[in-house]
Amino acid sequence: MARDLAPEVERLLQFRDPNIRKKFSGYALASDVTKLRHPEKVVNCCCLTRAALCTIRIIKKVPDLAENFINPAAALLKEKHHGVLITGVQLCTDMCKVSTEALEYFRKKCIDGLVKVLKDLANSPYAPEYDVSGITDPFLHIRLLKLLHVLGQGDAEASDAMNDILAQVATKTESNKNAGNAILYECVATIMSIEDNGGLRVLAVNILGRFLSSRDNNIRYVALNMLMKAISLDSQAVQRHRATILECVKDSDASIRKRALELVYLLVNESNVKALTKELVDYLEVSDEEFKGDLTAKICSIVEKFSPEKIWYIDQMVKVLSEAGNYVKDEVWHALIIVITNASNLHGYTARALYKAVQTAGEQETLVRVAVWCIGEYGEMLVSNAGMLDVEDPITVTEADAVDVVETAIKRHSSDLTTRAMCLIALLKLSSRFPSYSKRINDIILHQKGSLVLELQQRAIEFNSIIEKHEKIRSALVERMPVLDEATYSGRRAGSMPAAVSTSQGALPKMPNGVAKPTSAPLVDLLDLSSDDIPATSSSGGDFLQDLLGVDLSPSSQGTNQTQKSGTDVLLDLLSIGTPPAQSSSSMLDMLSSGQDNKSSEGMIDKLASPSAPSAQASSPVASSSMMDLLDGFGPSPSLPVAETNGPTYPSIVAFESGSLKMTFNFSKEPGNLQTTVIEAQFANKSPDIYSNFVFQAAVPKFLQLQLDPASSNTLPASGNGSITQKLRISNSQHGKKSLVMRIRISYKANGKDVLEEGQINNFPGGL
Amino acid sequence: MASPVRGGNSRQGKVRLTKWYSPYSQKERTKVIRELSGMILSRGPKLCNFVEWRGYKVVYKRYASLYFCMCIDQDENELEILEIIHHFVEILDRYFGSVCELDLIFNFHKALCYELSIILPVALGRTRIIYALFIYGSIASMAFQEAYYILDEILIAGELQESSKKTVARLIAAQDSLVEAAKEQESSISNMIAQATK
Repeated sequence: MARDLAPEVERLLQFRDPNIRKKFSGYALASDVTKLRHPEKVVNCCCLTRAALCTIRIIKKVPDLAENFINPAAALLKEKHHGVLITGVQLCTDMCKVSTEALEYFRKKCIDGLVKVLKDLANSPYAPEYDVSGITDPFLHIRLLKLLHVLGQGDAEASDAMNDILAQVATKTESNKNAGNAILYECVATIMSIEDNGGLRVLAVNILGRFLSSRDNNIRYVALNMLMKAISLDSQAVQRHRATILECVKDSDASIRKRALELVYLLVNESNVKALTKELVDYLEVSDEEFKGDLTAKICSIVEKFSPEKIWYIDQMVKVLSEAGNYVKDEVWHALIIVITNASNLHGYTARALYKAVQTAGEQETLVRVAVWCIGEYGEMLVSNAGMLDVEDPITVTEADAVDVVETAIKRHSSDLTTRAMCLIALLKLSSRFPSYSKRINDIILHQKGSLVLELQQRAIEFNSIIEKHEKIRSALVERMPVLDEATYSGRRAGSMPAAVSTSQGALPKMPNGVAKPTSAPLVDLLDLSSDDIPATSSSGGDFLQDLLGVDLSPSSQGTNQTQKSGTDVLLDLLSIGTPPAQSSSSMLDMLSSGQDNKSSEGMIDKLASPSAPSAQASSPVASSSMMDLLDGFGPSPSLPVAETNGPTYPSIVAFESGSLKMTFNFSKEPGNLQTTVIEAQFANKSPDIYSNFVFQAAVPKFLQLQLDPASSNTLPASGNGSITQKLRISNSQHGKKSLVMRIRISYKANGKDVLEEGQINNFPGGL
Repeated sequence: MASPVRGGNSRQGKVRLTKWYSPYSQKERTKVIRELSGMILSRGPKLCNFVEWRGYKVVYKRYASLYFCMCIDQDENELEILEIIHHFVEILDRYFGSVCELDLIFNFHKALCYELSIILPVALGRTRIIYALFIYGSIASMAFQEAYYILDEILIAGELQESSKKTVARLIAAQDSLVEAAKEQESSISNMIAQATK
């Protein structure tokens, strides 16, 4: 047998990759040497073992060769010598992983043989040569179980054949020594992966339960590991052990803690989330520093995913922030702020809770940030005790107290740029909400005028000038922020493409404060599908200003939104951001969408005005002309109303047409910027059905950069009774050398069915 | 193949034997050794024998002044690795037990204080064991070679090869006798004459 296999290996070694040859020539040599020295029996076995292991390596490198070795490998399984069996079984296992043909073959032919071998092994009497703490050759046991694992996975018939032996091994193996436990562990792993057999599964879970309560740390570790797999099969059984697992989270052993925490995370569901979170948060206070990071992250995700009601979520987050705020990631507290804005009845409560928290835990940076933001935003509710809930204890917070908090934060030595920037904005808001304290707030802001950090200096100067010189518009500027849309934000966070959709009125589908970085930067070039543009280059500070201040201005343009102060109209005209009130909210999005220009340093007005013009639907000439006037002195205004006569004109094209949809592109270029083209896409519905959930996506090759503004709406009325327009901006880095191409995808719902249309646009006019 | 690793405190971890079953550059090896030594030497006595490191699991076991470590994939059976380590150690014990004169001559009067040593067979990818560091506190360097041979008989390419201690012992003994025979032959008179007259 050795002669069959080894020469084959050597033959392969000769004509295959020389690299392999080098590596394995050592082994081949070894087998030669042993052949020379030893008596026949041992020679064969040694040769075989080495040849088998050699083959494993070969197969891993060159999986195609696996077919050649199927038969010899199967023959190896019939050997008696343990060494050969071990390596033979290992070879078969690896072959099955690499080649499905091998897997099929072994399943059909070898399972019975394997089961018999395992049975004989399990029942064998004491064999001194292979005995390890009372069990004959546990290594072979384990290898056989592993092979059965691979063979039985996904195949009911094979699984049936092995049920008996698995039951026998599971029940009869002694578990007072490590060898026995190793076998049991492998057995449980096998049972978990093969096709379902109720009795066996129960057996396996019982074994795991026993392991879990063992005093041996190794056994517990291993049990926690396997329970993670068991959850997907039988979560009820695992839930029963919840208390023990929670204890393990608090164990002194770091490895066990880690495993237990992951397991707890999988165990959480709606019914037990409150109890579990309470335990975890309590433990957070006493846990080690290295563990805190993990623990915090897990608590935050649990709370976010499963919170039954907003007030509980806010409570838990405040606790976590007070305890371990410095470990909390940015996206987490951004999400918290979004939830807060959405919970309008809890504004006062939140502000008060955060105020209280910050008194005791002021060194947790993140807590301070969230608190400062809330105090700034809801300051008047804090002071007037508005929205008092039954569970709250009454506290009195004066305006001075509130300002104190912000002042402390801004003056604290350890506060970083983001915190201080947020403080400045909060102060501005407070100066409007607490007019009597305006002077004091102004002083604080003035103090930052001399800051060495440009961002703070700029803000300080600007806010100071607002307070002193622009009293009339101040209150409009810092009105209550609109509710930020949770769905869009969580969608973006998940890395998925946000729908190019402007959602219902009242909600701004815009990015919340400060979330600036694209979630998947490499994709930005090719699949720039974001409607709410991701400013590719910006520090978080700059975005903060832009978003916070920018979003602040938007509320009044919301069509159905109340509270239009007269000042706001003036403001909007001044900044030419306004569109006729009947407009959808997309206009505001445009303003925020161009992050590109935040390199300009021409002051706040410019920042606010430089974002693109009113939405895709033709803006009123008044607005556009006034904007033109205003922007005259400033940098290139990136967007112009469509079909302007600035720069060369390009003919419109029908970019895409199918039986049910027509899409036209209108082009324009910004003066002075030949590389960038502004396209207005118009969609018309050719069918009698109304299309809803209309989403347009586009992808461009790498030398182009694409920006999509949000669409005017996501419902396309039937038979051309209306249209959706959407603005795109393309920047061609190979302007003049390559012309534009684009792949598009349009999805919508018609008649209750989802429709997806795709196409490529090649008929762009040249010179774009 | 001995690469000394110094811990910061009085417990020094000196690496005696390393066996790598996957290609690692020299720089990477030293880095790995340093990291793992630090991690393992700082573990308390009652904790479990598994550590998670860089996405792999490291199984270690302490025998008096020796640590034996093996690094494995996520989906390997850790308890089995403990058994493999024990298997190896028993064979070593048997082997060196039979040459205890060597021990006496080379080791006892060295009177080394607790020099903790680490064996780290480490696995990467689908192979079970990536590299093995074997540190032996009180055995002379001559014995390292033997230890390597023994390890090679047990584990090839990271896979367990032989589970019978007797067979391994027999093989090693046979190898030894071969080495002896070769040495003898070399130093024999006839050979020297043959060399001289070439």
